[in-house]
Amino acid sequence: MSMDTIDPPMVRFGRYLRDNPIIPLLVFLFLMIAVLEVLRPGIVTPFRAGRDGLISTFWVGNLIKFAIPLAMLAACQVLTMLTAGIDLSVGVVATVSAFVCATLSAIWGVTPAVLIALSAGLFVGVVNGIGVGLVRVHPLIMTLGTGLIATGCLQVYQRLVINAGTEIPAFLAWLGTGRTAGMPNGLFVFIPFALFILWLMRYTGFGRLLFALGSNEQAAKLSGVRAWQVYLALYVLSSLIAALAGLLYLGMIRQTSLSLANPLLLPSVAAAVIGGTSIFGGRGSFAGAIVGALILRVLDTMLTLMQLPEGVRTALFGLIILAVTALYVRITGTR
Amino acid sequence: MSSTPLLDASDVAKSFGAVRALTNAHLTVAEGEIVALMGANGAGKSTFVKIITGALKPDAGQVLIRGKQAFVGSPAEARRSGLVPVYQEPSLIPDLDVSDNLRLTDTPVDLFRDWVSELGIEDLKLSAMIGDLPLATLRILDLARALAVEPDVLLLDEMTAALPTDLVERVLKTVRRKANDGMGVIYVSHRFTEISELCDRATVLRDGMSVGDLDIEPGVEERVVELMLGQKIDIGTRQVLQTNEPQAKTPRLSIKSLAFEPRFSDVSFDLFPGEVLGVVALEGQGQDELFEVLAGFDRPTSGSMEVDGTPVNFAHPADAIAAGMTFVPGDRSEALLAQRSVKENIALPFSARLKDWGPLKLRHERDRVAYAVEKLQIDTRAQGEVQRLSGGNQQKVTIGRWLATGVETLLLFDPTRGIDVRTKRQIYPLVRELADQGAAVLFYTSELEEIPLACDRAVVIFNGRVVDVIDAVDADEQTLMRAAYGLTETEGAA
Repeated sequence: MSMDTIDPPMVRFGRYLRDNPIIPLLVFLFLMIAVLEVLRPGIVTPFRAGRDGLISTFWVGNLIKFAIPLAMLAACQVLTMLTAGIDLSVGVVATVSAFVCATLSAIWGVTPAVLIALSAGLFVGVVNGIGVGLVRVHPLIMTLGTGLIATGCLQVYQRLVINAGTEIPAFLAWLGTGRTAGMPNGLFVFIPFALFILWLMRYTGFGRLLFALGSNEQAAKLSGVRAWQVYLALYVLSSLIAALAGLLYLGMIRQTSLSLANPLLLPSVAAAVIGGTSIFGGRGSFAGAIVGALILRVLDTMLTLMQLPEGVRTALFGLIILAVTALYVRITGTR
Repeated sequence: MSSTPLLDASDVAKSFGAVRALTNAHLTVAEGEIVALMGANGAGKSTFVKIITGALKPDAGQVLIRGKQAFVGSPAEARRSGLVPVYQEPSLIPDLDVSDNLRLTDTPVDLFRDWVSELGIEDLKLSAMIGDLPLATLRILDLARALAVEPDVLLLDEMTAALPTDLVERVLKTVRRKANDGMGVIYVSHRFTEISELCDRATVLRDGMSVGDLDIEPGVEERVVELMLGQKIDIGTRQVLQTNEPQAKTPRLSIKSLAFEPRFSDVSFDLFPGEVLGVVALEGQGQDELFEVLAGFDRPTSGSMEVDGTPVNFAHPADAIAAGMTFVPGDRSEALLAQRSVKENIALPFSARLKDWGPLKLRHERDRVAYAVEKLQIDTRAQGEVQRLSGGNQQKVTIGRWLATGVETLLLFDPTRGIDVRTKRQIYPLVRELADQGAAVLFYTSELEEIPLACDRAVVIFNGRVVDVIDAVDADEQTLMRAAYGLTETEGAA
């Protein structure tokens, strides 16, 4: 008796969408943009309002600009979720990196500041990796813990540098706020970054191992994979990405705070999940997460435009994320 | 004494999908009677036990206790109507202490204490955590807990496996005494010595049917073995008839007095390049753990292992693989990435080591995967996800993984379990071919008729020890079965 049977069309269609989660996501994104246009005519297609062309490059550029740090943090979630993990320290790591960079630039200059900011991320990643890979703490607990510790350390650090003032490195401001041909300069970092992550997941041995560990850690062990090595490298990579995203975000916001990028944490998880990454491991797509980040940005704009009270907006945001994810799961049969 | 048997299971049938596990099974237990339930691997014994204890619902037939159909598919009801099982793996919750575990099953504590000391454990604290107690003690506690509720019928499933001899004696004596008081006992076991000492009768299962009901008397072992064998489906004949002479003087793998207490205590053998060495063992004789130790999942508690004359000590399967020892486990789900493609499953070892984390060598990978797929004739119509392949194809993928990397020593644990005959017939010649090309293969199978088809020699493991080495090519099933049941010449004479 063989199970290799031909499935009915709906099942096959569902499987096709699951293998290509990007398609329904893009459809959904454009649908949302259309709704936005209906709500506020002219925002996306300003030719009617007489602004810059058929589609507002300004608006699209803005959308992309604010989606970049979110998509980078979502990359952290996609990579860790592939192994059935999660990285809840990325928001704090991005904040720490931005804060350290801004304060140290004023004291020691830009290059050492950037390097030290990235090293701070690296350090958190090593601790996460050791905790998850060797001590076998659950990633949720481990990264939540290191995130809190890092927040505490940041507050202590702030007292040490309180008189030094801050400086936003010029090239970060250029990346964060500048535009080239209407598009944000952040893409100069983000496009190579995204290509690297897509390549890493698909065409490297390391990427294969992430999928393997999330699918069946026992099978990976049987094939000779030393899981702790992978976890260590993974959480270090995740923290480095977060630190990099923090630097970009600093250039975009151009001020520092002790909780600068923290609010991006949960949207980064949401973007990964909306993008078709399974929190149970073994399945995920960074391309999907990028679209997920764009969807979340459009959603945010929409709710802001509707001029709802802050509380209602937040509640609606959560509700819509749940609805989108549930719908997506229903269509593709994934979890 | 009434004439109604305590337990009467008749015409029991059960299918799992297309697999008919039981077609027509019977078992009766009268008051004061101890009945052995016997059958070779795959005869349907465990399914029958699950139906009797209420864990499974039969498709047909009935199970009566004292003449009443008291339950269908509910272990709790079976227990209330007087049938209490004790399994090989104690059903006690490790994170609770002894008294909490008793409370869960409403067990009278005083009676429990009495039975515990009766069974030979004097210093038990009720506040002891179950997880801190040794396995042998847990088995005794499990039995004492069962006895404390005064069951009508006690079902003992491989109760004495890995139990020290003095405790075995105690257990058998206690069970006999309770039977004399009128309790009925179903004794599921592979051990003839215990069965002939303890039981009154034996019911033999084969291919899902009760094929015999025998009184225990001297010489009954032969008859039981015959019944268990019966007529077999033809699964093919050996194509390569000559035994491979060892091609090298140094064994590929040499193990001496290897032990992993308490599962196996004394295993020694040499495995030469070019040889297929069979492992003959009934379920639970320590072979599972032996393979796990050889594959680097566990460290042995004592003894030595040498690969090509060099002592080895594996801390991780990666170490075993580095020494050329590759393992195909019995449970396919342990080896497969269910949601990933055939290609990724086969190519997994190519990325395992730190130095292989970089860009995939796509051409090399494609060639090796294609080689394995062709060699094993893996049906790749549903190659996108291995969970959509049939069992036989999944098994081929787990073997193909090591064909793709190149085989030195292959540890095959029951590679034909639950797969179709056609695939089985492909696997034996493949194993032979690997050996002819110089590989060393250790081949455990739960189906004895496969031993002469695939192996040159076979080691027989019984109760955690190697008890015999047999030239497999000439060994008929009867010989192998006798050996597997520990009925060696020395014991037969005794």
